[in-house]
Amino acid sequence: MSVVEISNLTKRFGSVLAVDDVTLSFEPDVIHGLLGRNGAGKTTLMQLLTGQDFATSGTVSVFGATPVENAHVMKHICFIKESQKYPEDFRVKHVFKNAPLFFENWDAAFADKLIGEFRLPLGRRIKKLSRGQLSALGVIVGLASRAPLTFFDEPYLGLDAVARQLFYDRLLEDFAEHPRTVILSTHLIDEVQNLLEHVIVINEGRILVDSDAEELRGSATTVAGTARAVDAFTAGRTVLSRQGLGSLAQATVTRLSAEDRSAAAAAGLDIAPVSLQQLVVSLSGDADTAAAAASSATTVSRKGQER
Amino acid sequence: MIEDGRPIFVQIAEQIENDIIDGTLPEEGQVPSTNEFAAFHRINPATAGKGVNVLVENGTLYKKRGIGMFVSPGARERLLVARRDEFEKQYLRPLIAEAAKLGITRDQIAKLLQKDEV
Repeated sequence: MSVVEISNLTKRFGSVLAVDDVTLSFEPDVIHGLLGRNGAGKTTLMQLLTGQDFATSGTVSVFGATPVENAHVMKHICFIKESQKYPEDFRVKHVFKNAPLFFENWDAAFADKLIGEFRLPLGRRIKKLSRGQLSALGVIVGLASRAPLTFFDEPYLGLDAVARQLFYDRLLEDFAEHPRTVILSTHLIDEVQNLLEHVIVINEGRILVDSDAEELRGSATTVAGTARAVDAFTAGRTVLSRQGLGSLAQATVTRLSAEDRSAAAAAGLDIAPVSLQQLVVSLSGDADTAAAAASSATTVSRKGQER
Repeated sequence: MIEDGRPIFVQIAEQIENDIIDGTLPEEGQVPSTNEFAAFHRINPATAGKGVNVLVENGTLYKKRGIGMFVSPGARERLLVARRDEFEKQYLRPLIAEAAKLGITRDQIAKLLQKDEV
């Protein structure tokens, strides 16, 4: 059974449709990536899933019940927000003293180990922490909570590369030992792409991609060569993006078969894979190509679910 | 190293095959666990598991319940046969195509091969 079931979910702020008729589910014990541009609706979606906001229409079911005002559901959820607010005058150690009251799977030894690794000063006031330390605090709470459903919303603003790598490593290790459902929203797609098992791309409140990460790898390819050869090859295909430079051009197209690849090579075209990050940029860059790409991406996700 | 554009589980399976072919993983030897692969390559454990399962399904590896994954007897020989079949397509044909593009004749290729004593 899915951990989260969303159907026809809509959230409107005045004239802005932040979440637009979304139907989606999150499977247990899977690390999901929730990707999209700023303002795409990622945070709003997570707030609706954690009962922090009311839907305009549609339904959300988490562990089989509505999360709104539902203590039974909420005790299984940990939501690490980009801008978590703490009580005035709280020190770092107060957070770790209180956390076990909220999370029944809280692992204090694991938290202590992470506090050391992230070099978090326990005695410091929260408001005196640097942006990176504040993010580290959130990451540690999120990991040590071992909540069956853990949300990380842009968890690492201000974290340096070493600390981010530490977060990825500890997340993978602990996930392997204690599988749980993780939903990670991020802009650093290149860094996290290998951690994800499932990828959701949201743009202007709508779901563009809902697919197994492995299905998505290799779902787009860039071909480059003379403009004439590129255009001849891409005619009749879904082109996600195209750039030209004089008589040269390169275009990103959806899924190529082995025969397509040989045909492209025979036509003198260079073929290069497209990373998840480049794919998301192509998909959510421009509305027209995004619509065309979304239809091919849906094909991708259907294939993913058949397996 | 994990590269872009190809499914990660395929790459994991290939790397294990390479380790069996060059003897790093001997027959009847134990293969690292899915979680060890995941931690080493920094990939999702489910993805690593999928790569290992490909090799269990085709008989290259076998499972001992509660102990782990081992290299099947005869796996190396079977992999060598399969890879030799692929050799012509993967290495020889591109070489001949590139040589033709550069105006290098087949005789010249043969001479180069003999000169190279590696």
